[in-house]
Amino acid sequence: MSDLLKVSSNPHVRDKNTTSSIMLDVIIALIPATIFGIYNAGDNALYTIALILVTVGSCVLFEFIYQKGMKQKVTISDMSAAVTGLLLALNLPSTFPIWMAVIGAAFAIIVVKQVFGGLGQNFMNPALGARCFLFLSFSSYMTNFVYDGVSGATPLYILKTTGEVDSLRDMFIGNISGTIGETSVIALLIGAVYLLAKKVIDFRIPLAYLATFSIFILIFGEKQLDFEYLLAHLCGGGLMLGAFYMATDYVTSPITPWGRVVFGVLLGILTGIFRVFGANAEGVSFAIIFSNLLVPQIEKITRPRPFGYVHMKKKKEGK
Amino acid sequence: MSNGEVKVSKLATAKERLFNGIIKENPTLVMMLGMCPTLAVTTSCMNGIGMGLTSTVVLALSNVFVSLLRNIIPSKVRMPAFIVIVASFVTMVQFLLEAYLPSLNESLGIYIPLIVVNCIILGRAESYASKNPIWSSFFDGLGMGIGFTVGLGLLGAVREIIGAGQIFGIDILPDALEPITIIGLAPGAFFVLACLVAIQNKIKLRSGKKVKEEASCNGNCASCGSTCTDDAMLKTNANEDKEKAKKLIKMDKKEATEKEEA
Repeated sequence: MSDLLKVSSNPHVRDKNTTSSIMLDVIIALIPATIFGIYNAGDNALYTIALILVTVGSCVLFEFIYQKGMKQKVTISDMSAAVTGLLLALNLPSTFPIWMAVIGAAFAIIVVKQVFGGLGQNFMNPALGARCFLFLSFSSYMTNFVYDGVSGATPLYILKTTGEVDSLRDMFIGNISGTIGETSVIALLIGAVYLLAKKVIDFRIPLAYLATFSIFILIFGEKQLDFEYLLAHLCGGGLMLGAFYMATDYVTSPITPWGRVVFGVLLGILTGIFRVFGANAEGVSFAIIFSNLLVPQIEKITRPRPFGYVHMKKKKEGK
Repeated sequence: MSNGEVKVSKLATAKERLFNGIIKENPTLVMMLGMCPTLAVTTSCMNGIGMGLTSTVVLALSNVFVSLLRNIIPSKVRMPAFIVIVASFVTMVQFLLEAYLPSLNESLGIYIPLIVVNCIILGRAESYASKNPIWSSFFDGLGMGIGFTVGLGLLGAVREIIGAGQIFGIDILPDALEPITIIGLAPGAFFVLACLVAIQNKIKLRSGKKVKEEASCNGNCASCGSTCTDDAMLKTNANEDKEKAKKLIKMDKKEATEKEEA
């Protein structure tokens, strides 16, 4: 029989993209930030490489073990576990103990992702869920940032406690202390441009996120309408990493166009609240996992209306 | 009935009630009742056991009194009556704790007075003690209380070991291993409880598997040859559950009609 006469259920339009090709694109986009993070670790570079490799490897391994143990189809070749591992590693300080990173990987893959049904079913970003787990469990290790052999506070922390703005040029290039992947804004932006050009991520979430966050900081920040202060907030901490790589995760962000805008606005407001009024200097990861939980509701209220749709009020009354 | 028979049956009911409370219908791990104190006070093993034993005393005594008064309390005001009985025992127990175990009283805090509205205690009063004689009600309360204590003690022990590296306040983890603080915080209570319930289910399913294999397939999978798939097993389970539910509904209706007639 001819292929034209084939009868099948939807979807009828197919794309060449597969899960693994998209995940590969994300990994490619994260390469500049990863290399910069290793370079930034200085004398600690070898340990940092080991930390990244172990985190990625243990994420893949835990996925394999869980799916084998549960007699499911093993899906480690789609590389989603590798992306989770890489994102988790980029969210850790370069001095983080390796065994703790392995616990984080186990939490990300088994508790956040697989227990809820694997890729596509997880209700929050696994890497960020694990980051928050590790942050609450080992907070002294998670905030121990070493730069140039000296451990010190991140520019964002200094900004929050004293109001002093670090050198913006250093913050943009990444010559500051922070987690492995968050320091260099320029490296993250290069990857983000690659993802946007390949249409892997949608511009709506990061744009709405950063715009709302900027407005929030300009109005409610410690220094009102101070653009230097605003830029320090934009370049500091994990905002760029979160906005372009984690908030745009397919599984945990809305699929409707307006839902994505709402999601971005919510993220911007929450991050602003956490950074300005919260106890910690950083709030991106908490804002993202909190918003992840609201995604089903956001999708419900922003569901596109079909052409010619009339509200079914009469039918209800008839009943 | 002769005296001998009564004694044997009394012992048997006591055993049956205790087994029911501790294992078959464990309030924490099977029925998931009383979650508020379960999640809140089990930051350490001592707190968990203390809370469990306090509840056990109240549960056993209130069950006895509810059972004693079961023919006097009008059914319309039974809830306030139960609460008065439970509250008086909780007040007594709290005074005793304040006098003899002030440190435990301090660490349990508000959760002692809150035993009054603990759903295990009201639940047992309503569903068991108000319909059954004193002897079996007492052992029902005791069994449920011990089951609650076992659940809370286990939860507290696991959380204390992982979350603080201690057991009964003694350090047991080597210095190289850092305790995972989040297990001692509120989210950790949910994680550990979920794991314990999963283990409990796994153990119970293992003992129940043999029955399932023998059970007939209900014709759900006609093409099914020798091996029974998990789906078919789920279906037969669902059917069994439905039948059970139907039976229960029928029983409830019968009881209701009997009550109305009475």
